[in-house]
Amino acid sequence: MAVQSDIIDDAGPYDRAKALGAFKLGDVTFYWITRLSAISVLLILGGIIISLIVGAFPAMKEFGFSFLWTQRWAPSADPPVLGALGPMYGTLVTSFIAMLIAIPVGLGIAIFLTELCPQWLRRPIGMAIELLAGIPSIIYGMWGFFVLGPFLANSFQPFMIKIFDGVPVLGAIFAGPPSYLSTFNAALILAIMVLPFITSISVDVFKTVPPVLKEAAYGVGCTTWEVVRSVVIPYTRVGIIGGIMLALGRALGETMAVTFIIGNSFRISSSIFAPGTTISAAIASEFAESDGLHQSGLILLGLLLFVLTFFVLAAARLMLMRLDKKAGK
Amino acid sequence: MNFLKTIVAAGMVAASTTAAFAADITGAGATFPFPIYSKWADAYKKETGNGLNYQSIGSGGGIKQIQAKTVTFGATDMPLKAEQLEKDGLVQWPMVMGAIVPVVNLEGVKPGEMVFDGETLASIYLGKITKWDDAAIKKLNPNVKLPSEAITVVRRSDGSGTTFNFTNYLSKASADWKSKVGEGTAVEWPVGVGAKGNEGVSGNIGQTKNSIGYVEYAYAKQNKLTYTGLVNKAGKTVQPTVEAFQAAASNADWAKAPGYYVILTDQPGEKSWPITAATFILMHKDATDKAASQEAIKFFRWAFTKGDKAAEELDYIPMPDTVVKQIEKTWAADIKS
Repeated sequence: MAVQSDIIDDAGPYDRAKALGAFKLGDVTFYWITRLSAISVLLILGGIIISLIVGAFPAMKEFGFSFLWTQRWAPSADPPVLGALGPMYGTLVTSFIAMLIAIPVGLGIAIFLTELCPQWLRRPIGMAIELLAGIPSIIYGMWGFFVLGPFLANSFQPFMIKIFDGVPVLGAIFAGPPSYLSTFNAALILAIMVLPFITSISVDVFKTVPPVLKEAAYGVGCTTWEVVRSVVIPYTRVGIIGGIMLALGRALGETMAVTFIIGNSFRISSSIFAPGTTISAAIASEFAESDGLHQSGLILLGLLLFVLTFFVLAAARLMLMRLDKKAGK
Repeated sequence: MNFLKTIVAAGMVAASTTAAFAADITGAGATFPFPIYSKWADAYKKETGNGLNYQSIGSGGGIKQIQAKTVTFGATDMPLKAEQLEKDGLVQWPMVMGAIVPVVNLEGVKPGEMVFDGETLASIYLGKITKWDDAAIKKLNPNVKLPSEAITVVRRSDGSGTTFNFTNYLSKASADWKSKVGEGTAVEWPVGVGAKGNEGVSGNIGQTKNSIGYVEYAYAKQNKLTYTGLVNKAGKTVQPTVEAFQAAASNADWAKAPGYYVILTDQPGEKSWPITAATFILMHKDATDKAASQEAIKFFRWAFTKGDKAAEELDYIPMPDTVVKQIEKTWAADIKS
């Protein structure tokens, strides 16, 4: 270091204090700019929560906690009865089914792309996945309404209903009549919509696995399946769960496509082939022509979705922490 | 999809006129009359050079905007009661009409072949009648071959004036419906799947076999859906035609209704179609901007006298002349210039 400063001193008259001051000012400015950007996120989030609470207050006062377990949604009754059970149930069930389908398929695509896929096929499949993420949700909704819905109602659903007819529990879940618009159809569309999130993030994190780890595993005679199961997935677990959470967040909040094909019924049915609704679909459908308590109830639904998403994400973090503990980190 | 094209074209015209000149008249509200208001505005602009900017934000929004005095006029599919008008210092009148028709998708059944009455429709929408070969439907349609299949009930999922008028009719026709469900833009539907917008219901009916739904007449006509006849208050079977819709409007007792508060469902008269609906204009009696208010009246007068053909082209129903005469009297008496 001493040598270096000698060289600078030799280069000419030089005000060391001034130069350092300039650096410091730059540093402080940079620090504050980034800090303010970070804080702005909290401010925006806080603003949204406050305005939701203010908007939802009349409904909270009127219905209290019974809002959570009332299934009736009768905005035009006198007095109005509003309950969130139907939409909450629909939100959770559609997201659950969507994840059930999307996680294995998404991971499967990612593993194929990074470990097994011949080089020339990687780009087309990769591009197809990115394109899937770029399709606007209204297009998914229309496709679900005109193409997927009729196919499911005419072919897939009658088949499932026939197979599980009379089987306890499953018989009730796959009960008729077949329907173009149903909870299951919406969940399937959601699964397709969240697939790219899981796949592209998994592909990215799979690429971070140091080749030496995999080569070592192959070296001791592991099969591809063993390498994926025992090296790649444990190494990238946090990243994969991050991708799944992002996908789940999208599934919980997706509005347009779901509104198109879920059938918008507030009644809870044991059959997944019956129409249902989700929180965001209910808000999107009814908000424009609502007023007074009805509108306040819809805003309260929005607040609930906010809380629901928060809890789901918190639960995911918790799960991650427990996994880390188990791994002895 | 001609109807959609017209809407898009009208919207673009409205947007371009707004951009070029500051609009002298502003209005906001119901989505149902948007295509015809835009078409009128375009023709009016060509004739007089005066523009009109109408934003279709929904009936509820229209009422809020006129109460807040941010627009010259508001538009709503659900009329305000006289007390409410009095309280806000508003004048209200019906501008143009539409009709709601039941539509079905049954193999071999042609438009106008089937007939329903209010009681049977209510029972279907209550989930009490679940099969097409139910005795009540058979009795009304002895000559139609009805399958022994489950009825797929389709209704709107979004809050809408169409739903309000349909449920209002069912409430008038069936005591059971009135006590269990009632009327409103969004109600607690006992059965059925909800589709978004008239286009959603039309699409769903078109695809789903053995289904029943209700849509604006224009959608039924343009999508070539199988509409049905209805038994009206006088006990006569009527088909959805412009004459039947106008008969409902003429037979309504406008003169005795304060603020023109008449819901055009289940009106008397042998020729009346039972689910007809008017869409209403709201204006301040004593507006802050009197010039704009007078401009708006000029536009509405023009629309009543010269706009009938345009309305019929878009499958709207013009107000009968007797009603228009009465509305002009209301303008002269109530709106301060």
